[in-house]
Amino acid sequence: MSAYSALDAVGLAQETARGKRSASENIEAAFDAVKALDSELNVFLNTNLESARALARVLDAAPAETRGPLHGVPIALKANMCVEGFESNCASRILAGYHAPYTATFVRRLVDAGAIPIGMTNMDEFAMGSSCENSAFGPSKNPWDETRTAGGSSSGSAVAVAAGITPIALGSDTGGSVRQPAALTGIVGFKPTYGRVSRYGLIAFGSSLDQVSPFARSVRDVELVTHLMSGTDSNDATCLDEPRMNCEICDLKGLRIGVPKEYFGGGLQHDVRARSEEALALFEQLGAVIVPVSLPHSEHAIAVYYVVATAEASSNLARFEGVRFGRRVDGDGSLQGMFAATREAGFGPEVKRRILLGTYVLSAGYYDAWYGRALKVRTLLRRDFEAAFESCDVIVGPTSPEPAFALGSKKDDPVAMYLSDVLTVPVNLAGLPAASVPCGFVDVLGRALPVGLQIIGPHRADARVLSVARAFEEATSFAAARAPRFFHGARS
Amino acid sequence: MSSETEVPHMREVGYVSKKTGVRWMPVIGLEVHCQLGTRTKLFCGCEYRFGASPNSITCPKCTGQPGALPVQNREALALAVRTALALGCTVATKSKFDRKHYFYCDLPKGFQISQYDQPYCTGGGIQLSTGKFVRLTRIHMEEDAGKAIHDRGDMTLVDLNRAGVPLIESVTEADIETAAEAVEYLTSLKEILQYCGASECDMEKGSLRCDVNISVRPAGEPWRTKVEIKNLNSFRFVSAAIEHEIVRQVDAYEMGEEIVQETRLWDANRNVTRTMRSKESAHDYRYFAEPDLPPIHISSAFLEYERKLLPELPSSRRARYESALGLSPKDARNLTAERVVADFFEAAVRLSDKPKECSNWIQNELFKMVGDPELGTERFEELQLKPFDLVSVIELVDKGSIAMSSGRTLLRAMAETGKSAKVLVAELGLAQVQDTALIERWCREALVGKDKIVADVKAGKPNAINALLGGVIKLSGGKANPQVVRETLERIIAQP
Repeated sequence: MSAYSALDAVGLAQETARGKRSASENIEAAFDAVKALDSELNVFLNTNLESARALARVLDAAPAETRGPLHGVPIALKANMCVEGFESNCASRILAGYHAPYTATFVRRLVDAGAIPIGMTNMDEFAMGSSCENSAFGPSKNPWDETRTAGGSSSGSAVAVAAGITPIALGSDTGGSVRQPAALTGIVGFKPTYGRVSRYGLIAFGSSLDQVSPFARSVRDVELVTHLMSGTDSNDATCLDEPRMNCEICDLKGLRIGVPKEYFGGGLQHDVRARSEEALALFEQLGAVIVPVSLPHSEHAIAVYYVVATAEASSNLARFEGVRFGRRVDGDGSLQGMFAATREAGFGPEVKRRILLGTYVLSAGYYDAWYGRALKVRTLLRRDFEAAFESCDVIVGPTSPEPAFALGSKKDDPVAMYLSDVLTVPVNLAGLPAASVPCGFVDVLGRALPVGLQIIGPHRADARVLSVARAFEEATSFAAARAPRFFHGARS
Repeated sequence: MSSETEVPHMREVGYVSKKTGVRWMPVIGLEVHCQLGTRTKLFCGCEYRFGASPNSITCPKCTGQPGALPVQNREALALAVRTALALGCTVATKSKFDRKHYFYCDLPKGFQISQYDQPYCTGGGIQLSTGKFVRLTRIHMEEDAGKAIHDRGDMTLVDLNRAGVPLIESVTEADIETAAEAVEYLTSLKEILQYCGASECDMEKGSLRCDVNISVRPAGEPWRTKVEIKNLNSFRFVSAAIEHEIVRQVDAYEMGEEIVQETRLWDANRNVTRTMRSKESAHDYRYFAEPDLPPIHISSAFLEYERKLLPELPSSRRARYESALGLSPKDARNLTAERVVADFFEAAVRLSDKPKECSNWIQNELFKMVGDPELGTERFEELQLKPFDLVSVIELVDKGSIAMSSGRTLLRAMAETGKSAKVLVAELGLAQVQDTALIERWCREALVGKDKIVADVKAGKPNAINALLGGVIKLSGGKANPQVVRETLERIIAQP
């Protein structure tokens, strides 16, 4: 029997299903890791050992033929996901104590496959941020250097996987919130095509951008988890009717890899550029053809994103006014006074900033100049990708312009923080599938920090993206690297 | 459209100021919200029932739980489309839902899912009896809000049962000029919606709600500032509010005051409108396309399917009842006001080929039974009578097998017991007496002491005999055939 944290989800499920280990043992191992690491890394906002143990006992008693592909695998969920038995507070004071009365479709599907939710992970409040510093409960720490960010907004889920607490975790990717933390913590993150995974039960930030996305330490794990979560859902009208995925390690010979010059511009940190170029060289060695492409409207992506996402957020967050759930502050006793006081006390500064931005761009007299125009540029961005994919099969570039930055270094400069997403945001605006896979390290002040490589595919070409990611993973050993101090089982 | 046509009646409308003699022309448009009679709500599976205990018909979707998403109800779209076809609207092949934002405690998501710049249909309208055509601007679909109850001490209670119930909001052009036209338009709209099976249109249950937009101007002058009136929950209030508002606005202008654009509420206790909110405090709804719902595509096949399901509409039925069945306009209107009645009437006519009798019996007898506490029927369709039952009674009366009065008794007994006419005629002994000897005996009995009447008849006043008829019928217990009684009396009196 291998150590719990040495296995990926596929491996762990196989051993558990075959009886080499029990689901209950997995849960105890996961909670040992929580105990050992959570106080230092601030991964979970709440856990539920009791429900996890109960579910594990049920799975252990299940006959062999009913054991699913994630049999007995502990999973961490971002705190913006609705699961009965857990508090889904979005790392916000306004939802403190909120227990959803229903379970998200994608969670239900993973639980049906044998996964065991153990807890809800830390995040930027309502998924707004790239460092977890907008969490009302303090930031998660990067296991590779605890003074640095784990990225965001799906920070805790990335750390849970990077620190070996769970083999898989779910995040949500609205502008890079899974790929960027995956890159910064040295693990695999995959954002499926918009609509591949039902959003029912994902607390909305930007409805036209949000996509439930898995983290794992292997490409085959994100592939399996995505596969299990996919498919139409009678509770989500925007869900695609996609055939289940069938990824195979593809032969890279002749694969046309598009390299957009806009993704290698001035803002890219030197070492990150070097790792990305090494990865491209490796692809060439493996037989792929590098094709220069252009995504000319990329420079507008951040601007468009912060109009579209904030507009949708201002609408989606209108329901938090203290009437039905979450926190209520009475204020001056009038109805409007209660709404105002509740929102004033409940939302953090970044959330308020975005609600104000979004309210402004939708206002009468400003709509056309802001939201209306942003929608038009969004269409141009989508067309950029369509044009580029006429000459290439996938687009490859860095995931984040820099490795994990020091906590506090961008806290007071929202625009600098927004630019962390410059390479990931266009993908969400276009609704495309994209993975981030580890592609090496940079040395910062004597510490190795992981770098992620982003692989972007055309609409619905999720399987192609993951096949290329798998081929890259096979040819390298970066995904096997573990954070030296904070990986469960590594320090004892 | 025919609204451009000058109809003689239109010259008469307007309000002539007593003070100045100026003829003021009201300019009126209506916005009507109507609950679609779907099994479930517009975006979730909750089955709405009026009067259910508060918040018992709710789910994560209609209570706006975080993470819940709307899913479009297909039946609502079908009913909305059928209504549009019945009103002659142009149905858009592609439309979309939008979010309309405002904060209120009965609006769970902080926005209402509605349709803003791409409603599912435009155009169409309703022709009034004067020939005037009231044009529809558009109809759109939207979800209803919940209900806030403020009159419980210092608390506000919120009931979300109604939240998410499908509505269609129809908006007319400002073609209406009198309260009577407004009421006729609403009556026709209600009939059409009911005929289509789209809505119950019960104002008491809130399934039909009307807002009035109204301004006045001196005849021939351009339009002036309009005012919106809400809280009109009966046609009577619509009419009264329009009448009141015309006078209020004319008085204001004639006093040299201005009318401000605002929303006013109808106060039914004092019969006045009063300010609810001014334009300055009007909402900026920040509409944008609902990202959680794909655009609505309506195929021509779907349209054709719904067109085939359209029933014959009341206006067409009225015309046919008058021309083909020879009914009076009043009878035709009474019989078509509700589809169940019209359908019942037509079935009875098909069985009997006696439109006038059917019409009379339905209006004189069946309408009386509706709302009769003894029968416990509040609606026509609850009557335990089939068209066949009515026709069998009519036949018995026409053949002279039972008296007219017995026919009424019989019909009521059938409604009470559900038994057939034949069985009840026997049970209640209603069959008419044809035995002439027996009738003659009753006649002679009735003639005792009526020498003056006999003298009158003999003196050439045959109608005097009517005074005797009632007595004979009474002696017979209502079973003597009146014609036979009359003939018998005449024969006896004529005897020397």
